[in-house]
Amino acid sequence: MKWVGRIIMILYGLLVAAPLYFVVVSSFKTSQSFYANPLGWPDTWSLQNFITIFDAQPMLQYFWNSARVTLFTVAIVLFLGSLISYAIVRLGGRLGKFAFAYFVAGLIIPSQVIMLPLYSLVRQLGWSDSLTALTVVTAAGLLPLTVFTLTGFMEMLSKEMMEAGSMDGAGEWKIYWRLVLPLSGPSLSATAAFLFVMVWNDLLIPLMLLNSTEKLTLPLALMQFRGEYVTDYTMLLTGVVITALPMVILFVFLQRFFVTGLTAGSVKG
Amino acid sequence: MINRKLLWLFMLPGILLYTGLFVYPALSGLFYSFTNWDGVSPSYDFVGVANYKDSFDSITFRKAFMNNIKFMIVVVVLQTVISLVLALVLAKNSRTHVVFRALYFFPAILSSVSVGLIWSFIYDPSIGLLNMSLQSAGLDSLMGSWTGDAKIALYAIAFVQIWAHAGQMMIIFIAGLHAIPGELMEAARIDGANRMQIFGRITWPLLAPSAAIVISYTTIQSFKAFDLIFVMTDGGPNYATEILTTYIYHLAFSNYSFGLASAGSMIFLVLLGILTFFQFRALRQEGARG
Repeated sequence: MKWVGRIIMILYGLLVAAPLYFVVVSSFKTSQSFYANPLGWPDTWSLQNFITIFDAQPMLQYFWNSARVTLFTVAIVLFLGSLISYAIVRLGGRLGKFAFAYFVAGLIIPSQVIMLPLYSLVRQLGWSDSLTALTVVTAAGLLPLTVFTLTGFMEMLSKEMMEAGSMDGAGEWKIYWRLVLPLSGPSLSATAAFLFVMVWNDLLIPLMLLNSTEKLTLPLALMQFRGEYVTDYTMLLTGVVITALPMVILFVFLQRFFVTGLTAGSVKG
Repeated sequence: MINRKLLWLFMLPGILLYTGLFVYPALSGLFYSFTNWDGVSPSYDFVGVANYKDSFDSITFRKAFMNNIKFMIVVVVLQTVISLVLALVLAKNSRTHVVFRALYFFPAILSSVSVGLIWSFIYDPSIGLLNMSLQSAGLDSLMGSWTGDAKIALYAIAFVQIWAHAGQMMIIFIAGLHAIPGELMEAARIDGANRMQIFGRITWPLLAPSAAIVISYTTIQSFKAFDLIFVMTDGGPNYATEILTTYIYHLAFSNYSFGLASAGSMIFLVLLGILTFFQFRALRQEGARG
């Protein structure tokens, strides 16, 4: 029985690792050596693809676009979402339930349903092709999930403690900022990890909103590379490697957050 | 001593943002579904429920719906079984297991565009990893045009979906396994139960809540699929991989039938709502039982 488990473990490990291995190795091959022997070890490890892609493409611009949209979106969603959750928990009763239901109702509607009306709304407002618009639109769409998660957590915090705070003369803002937020650290960081991956990797909303080359986020840039490097896999795979790198580094260092955050968030979303 | 006014003020920015950029567009989508708008012109006419009727009459819509169902069933069944097996194999917290768990989980952090491009490379009929490996193993007869063959393209993509998410679902099963008290297993073993009996009578029944989570998440996730198909085949060849979400996208942005596409979105939303309803019911039942 034990060796059956071992075999499954190694086979599935190969299934996951082999594609990744060939992607990385191919990105270090010259186009000629790739087409001559696609499965082989590179004759020489060449950095030429990486140099070429940074020369030919505004890679840093794409990174900056993605980073900017992701950081601002996550910050906005966490701030507004935690304020809402705090207010919901403090209000309680029918009003609190109503506010909670209003936000959580949005969980049923996925981006695939909202993409068309968003596209036309953003055009009507004259916000097309703007990273700021992309940030606020993405933030709006992620509020339901964030409110759902954070309210669930804050409800477990002691109500007496918040009550005691306000008896001592602390205002709502002080209770929220000094008491509730610090205590919500674990759920905030798990939510942040989940939101971060979602926004960084999102395709659909950026696809609806952006069109000029210098505004693209990384997933859209990759889609564009596919068109440009249709005959040159090594360049395309180099693009894949470069764009995945920041996430991989974060994953290696913050694995625990990613695994728990992504898993918890995915179940709710 | 709750300052209600101030608390509403706390919620105000979020309410405005969410109402303006989420609730309002969602409702306007419903509105457009009753018009013949092309998505560009300033004017449009009301056409009543014609878009809904046309959707149900459309051969492409029916094809897309059937593809959705096939894709969903394949992904749900295989992903649940695979993630359960992986969880059972890696349940113990040894060092090797922790490393392998991280490896299996890894594809979940890649963007679906990256995953789609990686697998387009693997499936490439002339230079792809899969065909080249089959060839060098002497299995030329198995070589295929994976995403170019209308009969298998949908399943080829379903496989990629599983590759990307099975590790994530495994984590849920592992959490479920760790929640089972060890004494229970120990007691059964002392009473002379064999492995199969322990799995059938103890592990599986106590894993049911985790299984409900995995199945319902996978159902909804695979029903909403868009990215992988958009990147790898864009619905082709000959609509073989067209699913509802890509059907809606193509109607709106290739055919400029915005009204019809909006009706398609609403039908899609209702279908998703039905699935979600069953998800909640299943989870609640499991919650009550567990």
